Amino acid sequence: MFSTSRLASAEGTDPPGSVQTADAGAAIGGASGITPARPARQARRFPGWYRALSLLVVVGLWQLASSTGLLPASKLASPASIVHTAYTLIITNSPTYGTLQGSLLASFERWAIGFALGVSIGVLLAILTGLSRVGEIVADPILQALRSVPLLGLIPLFIVWFGIGQLPKILFVMLSALFPVYLNTFAGIRGVDSKLGELGRVLGLRRGEMIRHIVLPGALPSALTGLQLSVISSMLALVVGEQINATSGLGFMITQAQQFLNNSVIMVALIVYAILGLLLNGAVRLLERKALAWRRDFGA
Amino acid sequence: MAPRLRSVTNHRTERVAVPAPAHADPAAATASVRGLSRRFGDRAVLDDLDLDIAPGEFVALIGRSGSGKSTLLRALAGLDQEVTGQVSVAGPVSVAFQEPRLVPWKRVLDNVELGLRTGDPAGAAGTALSEVGLTERASAWPATLSGGEAQRASLARALVREPRLLLLDEPFSALDALTRITMHRLVVSLWERHRPAVLLVTHDVDEALALADRVLVLGEGRIAHSSPITLPRPRERDHPDLIALRLRLLTQLGVPAGDTD
Ligand SMILES: Nc1ncnc2c1ncn2[C@@H]1O[C@H](COP(=O)(O)OP(=O)(O)O)[C@@H](O)[C@H]1O
Ligand SMILES: [Mg+2]
Repeated sequence: MFSTSRLASAEGTDPPGSVQTADAGAAIGGASGITPARPARQARRFPGWYRALSLLVVVGLWQLASSTGLLPASKLASPASIVHTAYTLIITNSPTYGTLQGSLLASFERWAIGFALGVSIGVLLAILTGLSRVGEIVADPILQALRSVPLLGLIPLFIVWFGIGQLPKILFVMLSALFPVYLNTFAGIRGVDSKLGELGRVLGLRRGEMIRHIVLPGALPSALTGLQLSVISSMLALVVGEQINATSGLGFMITQAQQFLNNSVIMVALIVYAILGLLLNGAVRLLERKALAWRRDFGA
Repeated sequence: MAPRLRSVTNHRTERVAVPAPAHADPAAATASVRGLSRRFGDRAVLDDLDLDIAPGEFVALIGRSGSGKSTLLRALAGLDQEVTGQVSVAGPVSVAFQEPRLVPWKRVLDNVELGLRTGDPAGAAGTALSEVGLTERASAWPATLSGGEAQRASLARALVREPRLLLLDEPFSALDALTRITMHRLVVSLWERHRPAVLLVTHDVDEALALADRVLVLGEGRIAHSSPITLPRPRERDHPDLIALRLRLLTQLGVPAGDTD
């Protein structure tokens, strides 16, 4: 910064030493690319605005189409009525739907338990199979075989096995979270730069130290990618699993609304799902940013 | 330091195994290699190689690309399980590789400290970093270091283990000429302070002439040539002895005279 302003004022026709000219020079220098950090930050801020704007425009057109009767309320509720429905669902505990926050909590709890179990088991299995050939030979074929079974196809079987309570839904979320994180963590462990393994040997690292300092951190970027995929697939599993014989949660709300042909409640539930998904995805990205601070592309 | 002596060179012809120099009694040697062979497929990269490195001796190993320099160094580092022959090294060995090989997710200080088993690892690592002039970068991520800084961190990590044998595999070849000269000075001063035996692998004849007590040429899987250099450091690049030796080494490497830079 200091050297830039000195450079700019020395280049300019104004007498050097004036604070204002130096600052102005620096600003011009920054805009013209002498300071690379600034244009990059600006370039990131502008599309964000445009995105929010384009979303607002679409919602505006939607509202317009609803108000003019172009889009009948029986097919798709207007944004205004969706907001109103959401508000009503929050402040009143209706016998048909319960409250929105209560449903959200029930769904989130179901997701969180299943996701936590799936990710923990996935990571543990990946460490087991990634670090030992025996583990790989024993466990990997089973996991690969399970993975190729379409999860949605398991739902009838789960109902037969576990009934219609919480358990099959949580297991369903768990399984769908397990595989992405397992596969990516396994690949990450196997993909750790062998040169770093060699370095570890030269430095005399013991097996435990090698795993802690080299292998697991080296697998982390890939594992976090797996975590992101797990969030997506487990959210999908939640949405599908919840609509089967649910007695609580957003999925229950949707099945009830379906019976009463209330598409605005369905829209509210879908939007809440979407927001939940966005928030969870954002949380994983934040985690990634923190955990992978050592990468140059995350800015150190 | 060594008294100012004229450099002594021996005139070995190719393919004749060089007997160990008088001072290198195998029993007293820091590193001793006998009958070392390594094959890749049906190609013998190292073929019945003998080598002794005396305590505190600075040895440079030159050879054409693919002649097996890294293979020899990896054998000395204990990284190659498939060599045949005897390799014995007295005391701890450290390696600095051509790429600095810093662990990307460990800050510079943690890299230097990694696997260190002294009483105060962080203190020792900090001292090592200050020796290579990298104290301010101690908490930096490796990805943010310049090439020279990364190589200095790698040197600090190697030296902090107080090795009896320091193996350097072309550690300066990726650096610009100016940084390389700085690094040469640094390596010599570190070596003078800690006195490990050093095996510096390089393809740069001038680097070998500037730094080493003894220059070895690897050819046909053996030490094909060995020349001691007793000139004190820092050395004039144009010293008559070095000019003569440079020519001889280049001939050994199969570079015709007059074809050099
Ligand atoms: N792991 C390996 N597998 C097959 N060939 C190898 C391997 N490592 C080295 N070589 C071969 O051995 C020869 C010597 O390699 P190296 O010791 O790296 O040479 P340099 O003298 O350039 O360091 C080269 O021809 C190389 O291709
Ligand atoms: Mg090499």
